[in-house]
Amino acid sequence: MVKDNSPAGRAFDVLNAIVLFGLAAITLLPLLYVAAGSFASEGEIAARPFFLWPHKIVTDTYDYIFGTGVFVRALLITICVTLVGTAVQVGLTLTMAYPLAKRQLPGRALVLNLVIFTLVFSGGMIPTYLVVRNLGLLDSYWALILPLAINPFYLIIVKTFFQQLPEALEEAARIDGCTEIGVFRRIVLPLSKPIIATFSLFYAVGIWNDYMSPLLYINDNQKWTLQVLVRQLTAPNADSANALQALDSTLFPEQGLKFAIIVIATLPILLVYPFLQKHFAKGVLIGSVKE
Amino acid sequence: MTPAAETPPAVRPKSYRLLKHGWLYVMLLPGVAYFLIFRYWPMYGLSIAFQDYLPFLGYQDSPWVGLKHFEELFAGPDFGRLMFNTGLLALLTVLFVFPAPIVVALMLNEMRRQVVRRSIQSIIYIPHFLSWTIVASVTYLLFSADFGVIAGWINDIVGGPRADYVAQEEWFRPVVVLQLLWKQTGWGTIIYLAALAGVDTQLYEAARVDGAGRWRQFWHITLPGIRPAIVVMAILTTGHLLDSGFEQIWLMTTSLNRSVADVFDTYVYYIGITQGSYSYSTAVGLFKGVVGVLLIYGSNLLSKRLGERGLF
Repeated sequence: MVKDNSPAGRAFDVLNAIVLFGLAAITLLPLLYVAAGSFASEGEIAARPFFLWPHKIVTDTYDYIFGTGVFVRALLITICVTLVGTAVQVGLTLTMAYPLAKRQLPGRALVLNLVIFTLVFSGGMIPTYLVVRNLGLLDSYWALILPLAINPFYLIIVKTFFQQLPEALEEAARIDGCTEIGVFRRIVLPLSKPIIATFSLFYAVGIWNDYMSPLLYINDNQKWTLQVLVRQLTAPNADSANALQALDSTLFPEQGLKFAIIVIATLPILLVYPFLQKHFAKGVLIGSVKE
Repeated sequence: MTPAAETPPAVRPKSYRLLKHGWLYVMLLPGVAYFLIFRYWPMYGLSIAFQDYLPFLGYQDSPWVGLKHFEELFAGPDFGRLMFNTGLLALLTVLFVFPAPIVVALMLNEMRRQVVRRSIQSIIYIPHFLSWTIVASVTYLLFSADFGVIAGWINDIVGGPRADYVAQEEWFRPVVVLQLLWKQTGWGTIIYLAALAGVDTQLYEAARVDGAGRWRQFWHITLPGIRPAIVVMAILTTGHLLDSGFEQIWLMTTSLNRSVADVFDTYVYYIGITQGSYSYSTAVGLFKGVVGVLLIYGSNLLSKRLGERGLF
């Protein structure tokens, strides 16, 4: 920001750049190594200390993963839960945020306080687990979706966004005979496409990455999600190895397999990352505005 | 308003308005139901911390035992260890994880080439979006004794028998802090960079005219410019000091490092889910939750006393 061409200033700029490039390298290199390792042979992984490009590209591990029921099932389950879950979460968040954005709605303050209080305090792990159990949702995919159906932070950000929409447009639609639902569907939602896209991605990433919910609510190893599988394949303990054997006794967690499953679980995130990045800074900042 | 609009009886616009609100309430309903079922029902369920909860008796009929479980927690052998482990991780977070994004944001702010700066930002934000499962797995791949690349490098330099950085208890805390730094530092810069972008450039020009060098501009303009952001983040961090990040700690816990790895969050899981002591584990969770609320209100109060703006 500050122009400074003195020798000391130049020296600082160079040092500053070196450190920042170093940070970027530390961020990327582990991921690139895992990606390279997933395309290398078992022998090469063991022999070479660190590499970013395998001597010989082999896709054995990927062939194995996409040809083995355990992996394909986990992948399909995770994709379905993510898609359905995101739809549910976005739908609930939007429909709740809209009435909350109406300042004149009686009772609005009460509901808003109800929401804000959950940011400070929660029932915690065990009481929530018992609610899920009492609802009969253990070992149901809904347990991966419903307990986290609305993120109160996202809800407040979307509400703030709705409040900023020009009132005149909605008013005009109402005068033309639109019902409140009609206004929401025909005026508000089309104007909110960018923010809907952003929060769809945030919710989707949240479900895709979720490990705690399957850990708490899913016991049946036939219903494991991708993250659970990643964990069981890479964890250095006997429990995981046993659990894996119980699932598929032909499975041996070789090094290459660990690399490849990490890549598969990471890739979708990296694919949507450019879109996430475009919007998230804005989202974070709207969220930090005081109500 | 024209007289023509006033002629219909007053009932009609009123009922129209009610109908209009009616739709809004209908839209509100699913969301409110969600909050009541999945956020407030568990809060009601906290009452089992004062009971000997038996699932077939339910919240209503399980026998009340007062503060028994809390006494058991405070007098028991685990409390000191949990407090120490959680507290030490919190201290390490305050010392290393909290300042890191501030430093990096200030460094990025000094970077003049916008294209380079944005590229670096795009890269260091990435780990925030990766799951803890991925971070833990990559850590195992890099640091484990048998295959770990980095473990091998360190061994080449230091010599001696290979350390297992992901299993031995003395390495648990350094590894956890490194993971937090790797995953959250870049993302944490966003809020400070926004604050820095909001600093009035005229201040810099005025300072330059007055002969202030780069360092003095930094000290008297840049740093005060992000102070409110630092205070807000400090309050938020304080409120979450006891939240050790369940997934991260759980994923990095092995049978060898349990003694240093156990924190309140993971303890609640082991006692509650694995061993089924619902009431006792709920009491532990409630204790942690209440301390968290006190911490966030306390730090907010403190920041106001010190003349800062506070969060609420």
